[in-house]
Amino acid sequence: MNETMIRARHLSKIFTMHNQGGIALPVLDDVDLQVGCSEAVVLHGPSGAGKSTLLRILYGNYRPSAGAVEIRHEGQLIDIVAAHPRLVIAIRKKTLSYVSQFLRVIPRVTTLDIVKDPMLSRGVSDDEADRRAKAMLARLNLPERLWSLPPQTFSGGEQQRVNIARSFVDPTPIMLLDEPTASLDAGNRAIVVELIADARTRGSAIVGIFHDEGVRDAVATRVFPVQVYREAA
Amino acid sequence: MSAPLSHEEPLLIAESVSRFYGPRVGCRDVSFSLWPGEVLGIVGESGSGKSTLLRCLAGLDRPSEGRVLFRHETQKVDIYNLAEPLRRELMRGAWGIVHQNPRDGLRMDVSAGGNVGERLMDRGARHYGAIREKALHWLNRVEIDGARIDDHPRQFSGGMQQRLQIARVLVSEPRLVFMDEPTGGLDVSVQARLLDLLRVLVRDLGIAAIIVTHDLAVARLLTDRLMVMKGGAVVEHGLTDQVLDDPHHAYTQLLTSAVLAA
Ligand SMILES: Nc1ncnc2c1ncn2[C@@H]1O[C@H](COP(=O)(O)OP(=O)(O)OP(=O)(O)O)[C@@H](O)[C@H]1O
Ligand SMILES: [Mg+2]
Repeated sequence: MNETMIRARHLSKIFTMHNQGGIALPVLDDVDLQVGCSEAVVLHGPSGAGKSTLLRILYGNYRPSAGAVEIRHEGQLIDIVAAHPRLVIAIRKKTLSYVSQFLRVIPRVTTLDIVKDPMLSRGVSDDEADRRAKAMLARLNLPERLWSLPPQTFSGGEQQRVNIARSFVDPTPIMLLDEPTASLDAGNRAIVVELIADARTRGSAIVGIFHDEGVRDAVATRVFPVQVYREAA
Repeated sequence: MSAPLSHEEPLLIAESVSRFYGPRVGCRDVSFSLWPGEVLGIVGESGSGKSTLLRCLAGLDRPSEGRVLFRHETQKVDIYNLAEPLRRELMRGAWGIVHQNPRDGLRMDVSAGGNVGERLMDRGARHYGAIREKALHWLNRVEIDGARIDDHPRQFSGGMQQRLQIARVLVSEPRLVFMDEPTGGLDVSVQARLLDLLRVLVRDLGIAAIIVTHDLAVARLLTDRLMVMKGGAVVEHGLTDQVLDDPHHAYTQLLTSAVLAA
């Protein structure tokens, strides 16, 4: 059995909309999910079922209404739901990353600097960060003339590749992926599949959402169904 | 030289800080701890008490109730109960304040180089060449052309004045920086440049910062943790992305739904 990297137990999530008359919107109910290293679990279910919600809870971004999310960080399982914000930040810096469909960065920062940034904050030297960032951008077929530009004006697919480059240039032990290939062409999708496989080979645990069936089949070592919430009778 | 701070101990502790103006509440019962290297944002609508709280924390306005403790060497000192020399030493060196209006933080009748160099002289630097060299280095870091070292801030644009103010504060290598709307009043592209500068400086120097802003996008880009204030009280407090993406309090939900995409 692979070492457990994520152990989520009894997760439920109810959104309460205080400014819409306090409507309660239940999304997840008693979800258990365990992921070992080198595994790639793909969340699967209809739109609105709560796949992204679950992924965000694993990242410590959404707070579950009940349950715990243990994350293996520096050898220990730590409940990210109860952890102090400082510890959550440390876990995200070293252990846990979240790649969404959208690139969210400070305007005016160049593409190369965006890709280097996570490495620099982990203490990688500037030279090495530079070399690895360039290699990754090249691997993702991002034309060299774009590297010195900020990505705000790039196409959707180009921005997405910048996002992927930034996340996979130095993969963390746990990677959470929310449709990172949504606007890529077949060639670039295949490269992302390779990057995910490389990360797994190095022991990363992956949890992802992929609407493209081909990508899902190529990536998944296991499919985890997420069902639309139903009121218990 | 002070001994390196342990990262296990908070740098600043607010204990039930309240500030009343007669019957009116500036801020009420605010408690939190800030660790070295952390950036805390304070958001809320205008009049919610953000700036009042910041002034109390920064040693500019004595709280009506509660205490503000700062870690100095191995002790926690109450910043409103200090011997005057130590208070002055801390104000000049250990913490820095970036004002919303650069005119409040700059000496307008002193050259750009003088504005930066003065802080070094406050801390005992005497060698003219070395001071000028260091001032030049800092102008460079905040992207002000060294050729303008002898110009007065009056001759600078608003964005340049704000960057000069930041250089003046950071040159003394503070451990904690307070900023009140540091990008307010600047146009969007200047703001973006300043934001990136601040982010890189905070990352590279490992300083802690408390930033007041009404701009949730600024808060998202610069801060690790966020406090949401309403009517002088903190209504929600947590990791910045948690508070913005999954707000639990009615007021925070209103605040986050009022903007397009912070
Ligand atoms: N921050 C939030 N506040 C309130 N409701 C939310 C929030 N995030 C998600 N929801 C609600 O939770 C439900 C599940 O959404 P989620 O995004 O997790 O679905 P999904 O399975 O990822 O769907 P898709 O395949 O369309 O991306 C939806 O009804 C959504 O409106
Ligand atoms: Mg989704």
